[in-house]
Amino acid sequence: MLEVTGLEVAYGRAQVLFGVDLAVPAGALACVMGRNGVGKTTLLNAVMGVLPTRAGTVRFEGRDITKMPTHERVRLGMGYVPQGHETFGQLTVAENLRVTWEASGSKDRSVIDEALDVFPRLRPLLKRRAGFLSGGQQQQLAIARALVTRPRMLILDEPTEGIQPSIVTEIEDVIEHLHKERGLAVLLVEQYLDFAMRLADRFTVLDAGVVVHEGAGAELADEGVQRLLAV
Amino acid sequence: MNAFMNQLPIGLSIGAVLLLIALGLTFTFGQMGVINMAHGEFIMAGAYTAYMLQDWAGRQAVLVALPVAFAVAGLMGLLLERTLIRRFYGRPLDTLLLTWGVSLVLQQVARDLFGAPNVQVKAPTWLVGGGEWLGIRMPYARMFIFVLAMLSVAAIWFYLSRTKQGRRMQAVMQNRELASCSGIATSRVDQRTFFIGSGLAGVAGVALTLIGPVGPALGTYYIVDAFLVVVAGGLGRLQGAVIAAFVLGLLNSYVEFWSDASLAKVVVFAVIIGFLQLRPQGLFVLRSRKLT
Repeated sequence: MLEVTGLEVAYGRAQVLFGVDLAVPAGALACVMGRNGVGKTTLLNAVMGVLPTRAGTVRFEGRDITKMPTHERVRLGMGYVPQGHETFGQLTVAENLRVTWEASGSKDRSVIDEALDVFPRLRPLLKRRAGFLSGGQQQQLAIARALVTRPRMLILDEPTEGIQPSIVTEIEDVIEHLHKERGLAVLLVEQYLDFAMRLADRFTVLDAGVVVHEGAGAELADEGVQRLLAV
Repeated sequence: MNAFMNQLPIGLSIGAVLLLIALGLTFTFGQMGVINMAHGEFIMAGAYTAYMLQDWAGRQAVLVALPVAFAVAGLMGLLLERTLIRRFYGRPLDTLLLTWGVSLVLQQVARDLFGAPNVQVKAPTWLVGGGEWLGIRMPYARMFIFVLAMLSVAAIWFYLSRTKQGRRMQAVMQNRELASCSGIATSRVDQRTFFIGSGLAGVAGVALTLIGPVGPALGTYYIVDAFLVVVAGGLGRLQGAVIAAFVLGLLNSYVEFWSDASLAKVVVFAVIIGFLQLRPQGLFVLRSRKLT
């Protein structure tokens, strides 16, 4: 479904990714792992077109989208939840979802209700400004916002980082549900090894901007792989 | 006492003009980080639009000019954004130099087209003179400007909070990256913001024809004060711009009343500098609680 080949990304003169390959088959859950600062977020940003690429290609469902603007990628069915539970802070929860729904060009309002069914805790907060929610609530809103775009693939950057433990499990359950029940492909950047081990079909380990290991999810239990991730 | 109170409509109308100018600036600055020095020339373009329309609409030119000037100035802004400014996004200092250059060019174009001397736009007869209210002399023209600004603020508020395009604009202003990740075509929103912001400057230009002559350098008298309103009010904030514009307008006209125009400027600058020491982010802040 998603194929990244030879991806190179640089911030000015500082190159961050050196020829990264990555593939997410349809309906699979792929996990990108690695220590801090190895280029995981950069990889996702480049996949979404938030950052320009220096070389390499990104293909989604066979289509070359390397030069496509971000908002068009969203319309193709790539739902992105960036790092740090980002929301439109001054807009209410309802407006956050609505502005996203309106941008999708869809006439069908039920997508908002469907997203809220996934996160029923957001319903009583609809009139609250997103900036005043807790981190966990903001992250639920962030994922709900991505769901409103009706993605076929969900791209999540450390969805449980910096979030109160009670909500972490909830978010993990939602990701599992979306993946298993709805068949969404998922590309996940994750630090928590046990969550990745439980869910990932495939995983890729990055180190200093290159892929140092990749394999099937079960291999994550392998000691050699764990050593690559140890801080 | 009466002389004192008579300054009130003057201060309010200056504040109203500043507000119209600052609304456009605060959105282009807040949303795109562009310091648009050519904004003042959109004011001038609006004023000359009213002047030109006199041949056709006679004394009602000011009324006819309001929508026309909005469109003329708006299109100028759009053209500037499309051809030049968008190549400089993310480089605020370069846009400052660039738009300053554009500003000088546009002033010279106006001089070539309309001549260097100031011209006059005749106000509609129903805006000439004034009434009295609680012993305060209320010139109709100044009241008209005040009402015009209030209506514009109401329209902008409605646009921002009640329409699809307005919500998009807010989303882009608050978090550009997330907006594009939500499927919003941010460059289209930028164009629309530029059109509306520049159009409002054109409307301000029409308003200015009611209280003074029109010249090629008209915009330069107001642009600095309008930037002060933007900074003091907080970037991209409607309430902030409204309060800051009227405080500045009143402060300016009262100090001017007690002393003279140059001292008024000094006082206004001193107050703004002092205020920004205490609150560098302005009256209102766009970003609220943000975790991590």
